[in-house]
Order: sequence, then C-alpha cells, then structure tokens
Amino acid sequence: MLGKLYTSLVRGVPDIVFFLFFVIALDQGVEWLRHQALCPDWTEPVRQGSDFLVCPDAKMPLSTAPQWLHETYNFSLAVVTFAIVFGAFAANVLYGAMNAVPHAQLETAHAYGMSGRQTFWRVLVPQMWVYALPGLGNLWMILIKATPLLFLLGVRDIVYWARELGGSKTGVYEYPHGDWRIYYFLFLLVFYLAFTRVSEIVIERLTRSLSHGQATAAGEKLRRAA
Amino acid sequence: MTCAETFAAYAFRSLGYGERLLPKADITLCEQIVLIGSGLIWNVYFAVMALVLGFFFATALAVAKNSSRALARKPAEWFIFVFRGSPLFIQFFLAYEAFVLLPKVGVEFTLLGIDFSASTRWLTRAWLGATLVLFLNTAAYAGEIFYGALRSVPRGDLEAADAYGLTGWHKFRRITWPTMLRLAWPAYTNEAIFLFHATTLVFFSGFPAWRQMGDALYYASYFADKTFNPFIPYPIVAGFFICGTLSVITVFGLINKRLNRHLPRARRRKIGLRLNLIR
Repeated sequence: MLGKLYTSLVRGVPDIVFFLFFVIALDQGVEWLRHQALCPDWTEPVRQGSDFLVCPDAKMPLSTAPQWLHETYNFSLAVVTFAIVFGAFAANVLYGAMNAVPHAQLETAHAYGMSGRQTFWRVLVPQMWVYALPGLGNLWMILIKATPLLFLLGVRDIVYWARELGGSKTGVYEYPHGDWRIYYFLFLLVFYLAFTRVSEIVIERLTRSLSHGQATAAGEKLRRAA
Repeated sequence: MTCAETFAAYAFRSLGYGERLLPKADITLCEQIVLIGSGLIWNVYFAVMALVLGFFFATALAVAKNSSRALARKPAEWFIFVFRGSPLFIQFFLAYEAFVLLPKVGVEFTLLGIDFSASTRWLTRAWLGATLVLFLNTAAYAGEIFYGALRSVPRGDLEAADAYGLTGWHKFRRITWPTMLRLAWPAYTNEAIFLFHATTLVFFSGFPAWRQMGDALYYASYFADKTFNPFIPYPIVAGFFICGTLSVITVFGLINKRLNRHLPRARRRKIGLRLNLIR
C-alpha cells in the first residue's frame, strides 16, 4: 500500500516540483528543529503571516557566518535534495535486481551451509550488479541531464555562469561584448552530448566485464567466444 | 472575497482574462488552488500540442532511422541523438536565445483567400517557441521508441503481408504501422507522461511569463515565494499533476485496448510502468 502510494506519487508528480519543494522544506525543517532545541523559551509562533521566523540562534547558517559557509550550505541542500529523489529511484532499481538473481543460486548457497548473511554478501550482491546495471545506467543518464536543474536551486553552476557571462549586461557589470549567451549555450549542449556519449561507452564496457562468468545470455556468449 | 468570486477573477488568469493583479497579501487556500489550476491550462496545451504534432514526426523519424539508405538514416540518427542526449532545460535556453536573435521580420502569405501574417516575434513567446522545442524533443524520444518497435515487428506478419500481395505504402499502413504502434504503446504512454511533466520546465528556462501568464508551477513558486511556505502550493501542484497523469494513463489505456483488440486475451500487453525521470 505504502509502496503503491509512493510509486503513484513519484510517477505522477514532475521531478522539478520535488526539487523546488525539498530545498525550502529542508531549509525550514532544519531551522525549525534547531529552533525547538536551542530556544525553548521563545514564545512567538514560527509562522507569522507570510514570514518564517525562528530565533537568531537557530538560523542556519548563523547570520554571522562567512559568505562561503552560506554558499556551501546552499550547495549541500541541493545535493541532499538530489540524493533524496534519486536515492529512492536507485533503491527501486537495486530491489528489482535482487529479485532478478536466479533463486537456484541462493538455494545452492544455503545447501552449502552458508548463513543468510554469507549468502547475501557472497552470492546475491556480486550477481545482482549485472541485472542492476541497465537500470543504474539509465538513472545515471537521467542524472546527468538533471544537473542543469541545480541552477534553479540557487547553485552557481555552469548554466548560471553561461547566463551571467554570456549576457552583455548583468546587474553589476556591463561587458564590452554583445549577447554571447547563444554561443555559451551551444557549447553547453555539445558538452552534455559528449558527456552522455562517453557515459554510454563506459556503461557498455562495464556491462561486458560484469557479464563475465554470469549465467545469462550475454555471459554465455562471452564464454563461447573465449 | 468568497471562493466563487476568486474563481471568477482568477480561473482564466493564465490566459490573460480576469483580475490583472495577482494576490499579494492574505493569500487564501482558494486563491492558490484556483490560480494554480488556471496555470494548468498551459501545461495541458503544451503537452497536447507537442504530442499530437510530435506523433507524426516521430513516425517519420522512426521510418527514416530504419531505412537502409544512409541519406535518410544519418540525419534521423543525429536528430535523435542530439535531442535525447542533451537536457531539455539547455534546449529551452538555447532555443530562446536563438529566437531572440532572429530578425524581427514579418512574413505575410495568403492561404485560401485569407491573409495571414506570421512574425518571428511570436517565436520568443512561450506559446509558440516552447511548443516548438517540446515538439522536437518528444518527436526524438518517441522516434526512438517507434524505431525499436519497428525493428521488433514479427517477421511472420511481414511475410504474410507479402504473401497477400501487399506492397509499399499499403503494406506499411495496413500491417507494419499498426503492429509498430501496438508494440510501442506501453513505452509511448510513459513518454506522454514525462512530456506532460516536462512542460513545467517551460517558464523556468529562458521563456519569460508574459504579463505573469504562467503555468501551474510558475504560480506555485510565486505563492511559495510570497508566503515562504512550500507546504501548501507544491502539494497542490502535485495533486493536479497526479490527476493529469491518471487521465493520460486512462486515455492511453483505452487506445492500447483498441490496438490490441484482435489478440487473444492472454497475449495482450498491459501497460507496464517504467522509470524515466527527467529528459
């Protein structure tokens, strides 16, 4: 039931909604927890109209903290958000892969007198990768293509700089060149294309080497060729 | 304001009708639901336009990629590689910057006695520019799906078609194409769902929301900014999108049923749900 709710939620909602939601929710959640822990005698409510107010001690990071700490904190929030969303998906893939390992292998391990833990680590885990790899590779491709969304979460990534440096005018500077953003974005496009292509090749090689000695069609093919 | 008045004022705000100013203070739940729902009109518009137009282009792409002639195959392969290999987000940015640079000339032409004037200015607006990008993008993804299905059309079916003397266009239209669709349909359903979700990116990439006429997520992030409370607007968007996804699944399931109607019950393919997050 919970699994079904989870799948329909994740499948039914655009990922960018998750990203936008989790960043603010995490930020406020951390501050609220610190607020509860650090200033117990604070009486005013946290939500006042459209403001979210916690006591100064509970601010995260503290308002006296240096600038780099603020930026690092923002960055780690974005990373945690990505980890939450993609971690859930990776768990799903690994679960499917564990189920795909032939049951006879596990029964044989038991027959040899291995304990549950030994069976898991010595038989199940080494064999599940070959089944997990297509799913994980897919996830990796998706993750690469999701990284420009970091820009929406307030991280100064490559997209941010392409926009800033490419434009002829920013809030602070006026560059002597015209609007170069289109060339910068063209470069980004080529960069991402190359990135996905290289990943594809690496994943292909990994699949090949993982198939060695496996009881699958690909493994059988390798054995015949040898 | 009562909820009915809010509805009258904001139900079509995303199209430019009704109250001009967005709610600024004392934002009620009703206002959030109505305005976000009004933004959903754009998401549905983008998804439907891109899907319907992209479907035909995708079929052409799949046939071209399956062709034995390099002149047809290579461009299709490159098109699919470029649009599937790069983030949709970057495609939006690039397309918008390119459209801005286009000379602002108008093209006038007469069709069926009616004068049309098309101007490149419209391309920088989301309703045309973003639809174009989404159309090309979904055509590439669906083209790859159709190509895979085209390659797995059973050989027996094609041989039977030959035996009946069907050739060329007739064979494609009567045998190859329906089988291809039948095989590709579960994957294509997923593609439709993800396209629907991808429409939320439009107003977060280059395309500005002209006169604050944006999509569901645009209004949701507006409310999240104003109230500094993400726990109300984002779940509302999520709710709307879950309903939208369910209706996509229903419609595509009906089509799937029709495509599979000649098969014995045991061999019918259910729409399997597959994972594919972001494009």
